[in-house]
Amino acid sequence: MDLQNYDKGFLLKLLEQMLLIRRFEEKAGQMYGLRKIGGFCHLYIGQEAIAVGSIAALDLKKDYVLTGYRDHGHALACGMSPKAAMAELFGKATGCSKGKGGSMHFFDTDHHMYGGNGIVGGQIPVAAGVAFKIKYNAENGVVLCYFGDGAIHQGVFHETLNMARIWNLPIVFICENNQYGMGTDFRRVSSVLDFSVMGGSYEIPAKQVDGMKVLEVYTETAEAVKLAREEGTPSFLEMKTYRYRGHSMSDPAKYRTKEELEEYKRMDPILMYKQDLIAAGLLTEDEYKAMDKRCIAVCDEAVRFAEDSPEPPLEAMYEDILA
Amino acid sequence: MPVITYREAIRQAIDEEMARDERVFLMGEEVARYNGAYKVSQGLLDKYGPRRVIDTPITEAGFTGIGIGAAMAGLRPIVEWMTFNFSLLALDQVINNAAKLRHMSGGQVNIPIVFRGPNGPAEYLSSQHSQALQSLYAHIPGLLVVAPATPYDAKGLLKTAIRNDNPVIFLESELMYSWQGEVPEGEYTIPLGMADVKRQGRDVTLITYSKPLKLVQETAQLLAEMGVEAEIVDLRSIRPLDEVTIYSSVKKTNRCVIVDETWPFASVASHIGWLISRNCFDYLDAPVEIVTSEDVPMPYNHRLELEVQPTVDKILRAVERVMYKQAGTFQRSGQ
Ligand SMILES: Cc1ncc(C[n+]2csc(CCOP(=O)(O)OP(=O)(O)O)c2C)c(N)n1
Ligand SMILES: [Mg+2]
Repeated sequence: MDLQNYDKGFLLKLLEQMLLIRRFEEKAGQMYGLRKIGGFCHLYIGQEAIAVGSIAALDLKKDYVLTGYRDHGHALACGMSPKAAMAELFGKATGCSKGKGGSMHFFDTDHHMYGGNGIVGGQIPVAAGVAFKIKYNAENGVVLCYFGDGAIHQGVFHETLNMARIWNLPIVFICENNQYGMGTDFRRVSSVLDFSVMGGSYEIPAKQVDGMKVLEVYTETAEAVKLAREEGTPSFLEMKTYRYRGHSMSDPAKYRTKEELEEYKRMDPILMYKQDLIAAGLLTEDEYKAMDKRCIAVCDEAVRFAEDSPEPPLEAMYEDILA
Repeated sequence: MPVITYREAIRQAIDEEMARDERVFLMGEEVARYNGAYKVSQGLLDKYGPRRVIDTPITEAGFTGIGIGAAMAGLRPIVEWMTFNFSLLALDQVINNAAKLRHMSGGQVNIPIVFRGPNGPAEYLSSQHSQALQSLYAHIPGLLVVAPATPYDAKGLLKTAIRNDNPVIFLESELMYSWQGEVPEGEYTIPLGMADVKRQGRDVTLITYSKPLKLVQETAQLLAEMGVEAEIVDLRSIRPLDEVTIYSSVKKTNRCVIVDETWPFASVASHIGWLISRNCFDYLDAPVEIVTSEDVPMPYNHRLELEVQPTVDKILRAVERVMYKQAGTFQRSGQ
């Protein structure tokens, strides 16, 4: 990937966004330990290049994003305020879903981020529905739909791919294959190891992408987005990645080896990209440190905001149910 | 008598029935290698091997249907749903196949299968992951619905459910898995459709089942301190329903509150309320009250989520109403 072909500001922004997500997730993990956050909290650490690289290929004035419950990274990459995100984790009224959704249900319709779904695969047809509206209204937008390697065997994935193709819906399906669905190695529950062949069954262009490389994610997504935008052709991208933490906060992740984890940490998306930028003379170690400081400060500020925010009143339980 | 957890009671029941009957097998997400998302199937893969303890992909409709087919053809599957929230993806298989195949075949086939897993709210899980779905299942003719609240009841009823020739919906709860209770060492079973009077009392009947039992017991204790003797009827099984025990208790106390963590509309509670008013009308001194979850999806915020569910205070208020006492007569100490 030749870095000189890209605008420097754009390249640095990708790095800063990944770093922000990393620091946000670390903070969320800490706050969980302090019991400020409860329930399921699925961290995105290790997968940052995917949300950041792919969402960078969108124009969120007309494009949309839908994902599953591991949604913090996508929300931040869409431009959700880290304060609203942290406040949601704290269950506060100022949270992005007014403290009603929690970690799994980040929504920010202003930034065209339409959730945050807790049912494995549940968002897949819904995302195609958003693409359907784009086509129905003859708009120029595209939908990115994210899901995990565990979700790909759900019936709705296959049903939706078929409809997306027969109706030419402007959508890019992105499977974030982090190799595990909870404690299950994807190889144990899939008849194929290369998910991209599944696109072929529905005549949907599909390929595997290295999800640890933010620029590769960006260029491949940009191409798929162009195809969707200009020709209404859906695509399917399998992005190979890894999650560093357990499935959720209570998972000791005994189903994988330490060596495997260490191996992936050596290909850390942030670390590798940072080294590329330094090697290309686009970044210095000091500039990186300053960037990191900024991200940490933003996350600290988000925690303060969440701490100081009010709880929703009890009557709020009856609100936001029917329009 | 040994004291064990609810989780261990379920595990023992599965283990004993698998040892007893080669046709019994366990299937579901994370049940084998991971020993269960809530560790209910701990050790079963090691003991019985991958032929009988089977990890599935995340495909609830598919593996539920495969379980139903295997049952129709003579096996006796136990299908674990990681939680009942995800059973909704398999609802078609349960309602259109498990509950219908025997009837539509004119009785030629049986569907001896148990669908089990945690039902109802746990904590901090918001709307999609905190649903008490028993009323939905209880609505369907052709299904049995069982909901024990103690380790003793859980073990005895699960063994019976596995031996039963019908589809049984077996409702557990994440928060109940760590509850403890005495369970005898020897073999025993509990017939389906028998309620258990967990406390004798003359003043008011409190009917409940599953997780709210603890709340109801706590409330009864408080009421006793204030001179009110509540009788607790733990249904244990919703279908079949032990109407005899319900009516005899209500005819004794003449007042009844039903505590049920489902939503109120068309619920187990509202149905039993109707049964009582129809069959005990002349004995009732007050209309039957129901205490359920609020008629709302579950919010994530913890204060809200606790207040959405039945509470001791809500039960006390309902008891005041059926006893024609002023609101606030029965107070928790310190209030
Ligand atoms: C329909 C459904 N079944 C089961 C679950 C429980 N569950 C939550 S996450 C998960 C694993 C999903 O793995 P994957 O799709 O690979 O996503 P990842 O967590 O790796 O991001 C499971 C089984 C669920 N939320 N929804
Ligand atoms: Mg995964």
